[in-house]
Amino acid sequence: MTKPVSITLQNTQDGFAIVEAILADNPEAKSNPFPAMTKIDCPGRLEIRAESVSERLGRDWDPQEIHLSVISLSGSVDEDDGVFAIFWR
Amino acid sequence: MNIDIQAEAITPRRHTFSHIARRFGVDKPASRYEEATYDVQPVVNFHYRPTYTPQFELYDPRRTRIVMNDWYVFRDPRQFYYASYNISRAAMQQSFDDAVNFVEKRDMIADVAPEWRDLFAAWLLPLRHVEWAANMNCQLIADWGYGTQITSAAAFCGADRLGIAQVISRIGLLLGQGTESALKEAKTQWLEADVWQPLRRLAEDQLVVHDWFELYVAQLIVLDGYIYPLATGAFDRAGAAHNGAAFSMMTSFLGDWYADNSRWTDAVIKAAAAESEANRIVLGEWFERWSARAEEAVRPLAAMVLGAEGDAAVDAIGARLRERMVGLNALEAREMAA
Repeated sequence: MTKPVSITLQNTQDGFAIVEAILADNPEAKSNPFPAMTKIDCPGRLEIRAESVSERLGRDWDPQEIHLSVISLSGSVDEDDGVFAIFWR
Repeated sequence: MNIDIQAEAITPRRHTFSHIARRFGVDKPASRYEEATYDVQPVVNFHYRPTYTPQFELYDPRRTRIVMNDWYVFRDPRQFYYASYNISRAAMQQSFDDAVNFVEKRDMIADVAPEWRDLFAAWLLPLRHVEWAANMNCQLIADWGYGTQITSAAAFCGADRLGIAQVISRIGLLLGQGTESALKEAKTQWLEADVWQPLRRLAEDQLVVHDWFELYVAQLIVLDGYIYPLATGAFDRAGAAHNGAAFSMMTSFLGDWYADNSRWTDAVIKAAAAESEANRIVLGEWFERWSARAEEAVRPLAAMVLGAEGDAAVDAIGARLRERMVGLNALEAREMAA
């Protein structure tokens, strides 16, 4: 079984948009709601695309902004201008 | 003593208001933008009709010739509600302030060729009166428009226009070495100089247009569609030959603002045109009527700034505006006259 990666985000306006983008771009991702936060689990690899989040927020969203919404994550991170990816090596 | 801390997850029974849930489903938390705009305006049970237009209800879709089955298809791609609007505009104001401080500290205006300084003041400063009229027009759209989605965005746009008028005034104060002399002179020009009269007449004619969607096309699509590309494009480039960088820095945000506002106006026109053939015909009719007026109104201005090349610049902008409308499917493509 592929080891799951996860990311936990605050339930804020930006957080909701990121969660929505993740669920749309990663068909295997599952969201688990908690009080004030949402944890997303996904087997193997999870990608957050700047384009998808920008579209949902209605403004240019920089992947570095994710740190304003993240509570916790597990996995290795690879980050560039367009994609913030979490995966296990 | 043991203290056992645990989190109790309480599932909210509802995630949002009923009117939002009816559109987007009950189990989805709605965004602030959705909650602040969709179906907020009352649509039934009006009591008294406005005394000034007793043929209409307080909110009445018949105030325009555009007919929509659902008035909530004009989603603003920028998703402006109070907070997101203010955050965005505070950043714009900051970038303008930074540019002005930079120019002031280095006394860059002194480096600009004097003939361009005078010409710049002559074409830019009277535009603050045009912006004020644009504010009035946006507020009329906010007042008589139908559906919160378009009226709230129009009110924000109106506030933008007052802000732009203030920014132009601030540049005017700089040009007058801290006095109001340049602004006063600009107002005299606006009221009396031949070059401004067609535009002033157009602005005044627009102030009495009662069909709010027609006004939307006339002001936000057509007139802005001529003035902004001229001011931030052709006029700005003309200044480069006269060392006009200081002015380009101070007016560059106008281009940013216009690009931002166009995202919204594009979405609105596209949605209205997609609704029905009848809407497309009305939009086309308005576009032709007002673009003929706007073109005629900006020609003297373009001639004043660009000389013999003015007409060509206006023609090019008109062609681009027409292309934009065709691209939004609001206008039939037609053979351009050679």
